[in-house]
Amino acid sequence: MKVLIPGGLRSYTERSQVEVGGATLGAALAELERLYPGIRFRIVDEQDRIRRHIRIFVNGAQLRELAQPLAAGGELVIVQALSGG
Amino acid sequence: MAAKKPKTVNRKAPAAARAKSARKSVLLVATRKGAWLYHGDAARRTWRADGPHFLGHVISQLMLDPRDGRTLLAAAKTGHLGPTVFRSVDRGRNWKEAARPPAFAKAPEGEKGRSVDHTFWLTPGHRDEPGVWYAGTSPQGLFRSGDGGVTWEPFSPINDDSEYRKWMGTVQDGTPDGPKLHSVMVDPRDPAHLYFAMSGGGVHESVDGGRSFTPILQGLEVVEGFDAADPSFHDPHCVRLCPSNPDRLYQQNHCGIYRLDSPSREWVRIGKNMPRRVGDIGFPLVVHPRDDNTAWVFPMDGTTVWPRTSPEGRPAVYATRNGGKSWQRLDAGLPQKQAWWTVKRQAMTADARDPLGLYFGTTSGELWMSRDEGRRWSCIACHLPEIYAVEAAEFV
Repeated sequence: MKVLIPGGLRSYTERSQVEVGGATLGAALAELERLYPGIRFRIVDEQDRIRRHIRIFVNGAQLRELAQPLAAGGELVIVQALSGG
Repeated sequence: MAAKKPKTVNRKAPAAARAKSARKSVLLVATRKGAWLYHGDAARRTWRADGPHFLGHVISQLMLDPRDGRTLLAAAKTGHLGPTVFRSVDRGRNWKEAARPPAFAKAPEGEKGRSVDHTFWLTPGHRDEPGVWYAGTSPQGLFRSGDGGVTWEPFSPINDDSEYRKWMGTVQDGTPDGPKLHSVMVDPRDPAHLYFAMSGGGVHESVDGGRSFTPILQGLEVVEGFDAADPSFHDPHCVRLCPSNPDRLYQQNHCGIYRLDSPSREWVRIGKNMPRRVGDIGFPLVVHPRDDNTAWVFPMDGTTVWPRTSPEGRPAVYATRNGGKSWQRLDAGLPQKQAWWTVKRQAMTADARDPLGLYFGTTSGELWMSRDEGRRWSCIACHLPEIYAVEAAEFV
């Protein structure tokens, strides 16, 4: 699955798009962490909650739980900075 | 309990300390928008800016490991991403993120666990415990690393203890940007003798290496109408242990300036001796590394709605040379009017040189220093972001 990485997290990936596998959001983030150590904790807290200023979408639909399944071939978009003004 | 006091206290720097002056002075400046290192010449007259590091990150503290003179830890977060700790083993040339930053334990299924918003305080461990560091967080939690800051674990039972959790309160009970566990201190005579303070929750001591802690509240005042016997209502701002006499602590509290001399368990309000029109409210407090009777504070306007500015717009450091019996205003070189900044709890510090240098960073982004223990001040840098912490250190 293609993952779009926001600017604030590109210090980990050094690119704007990466590929990961995983049947659920949690599995995809675990794969992301394996490839880019440290990135998961900036997105998800120690209670497995998606952080307050982060949003995650798959094919335009927002995901709120790590257990939510991912459709094969979709595009996972990680977004930051929706807050503020 | 702690070992005996040193037999003598010599205010002059020992030969070893004077020899250390050949080491390279550096100021570690943490701000709301990144970190800077200011490298000083031997006379501390010129300072070279090195930064920004982590531009855009909120850096709560930048701390050198005095045991090796080259390892730096930075407590960081951004406005949108989670918190972390960065680590450099080459004096700030290269940085690597901690493999496991401070984080609370995962809550059991069905229970709501806490999440670290930011690491606020960093303390290197005892000199006989290389690699040990302590961290205080917001929400209030205590963490320890045994590997130089690479991995962190919740430390001691307090993070999950029901009584401590009650005393810690919620995010609504403390400092405007979240209650903070701070002032983690290690007795230089005994690595098992620890203290910490909570911006909402009092000062606590352990004599068993952190397996248990006990509040030290006696003598401390609280806001009128609240129960002084309840740690929840005690708001220490900054607590310092005197290196020359580790039985003596000084505290800048929400309700005044205090001193504690162990084995007494009673704080004495030495701030009553401050000028009445200035008061004894503030955040930072610095102790002299070789003289337990000397300390410095930076008073703040804590009247009415708590403006958190210099009283009357006239910033000044106040010093005591006699353990708090009297205080002297030190403002030569500082603005004499219309200066409405203040100094946060981690943003004032001293070096170990002789004569001692004092330093502070302001909420308006200015970095000030005195080469003569506060008698005369000069500005090292201005136009920085809001300064959260300043540490005076020496690279080896």
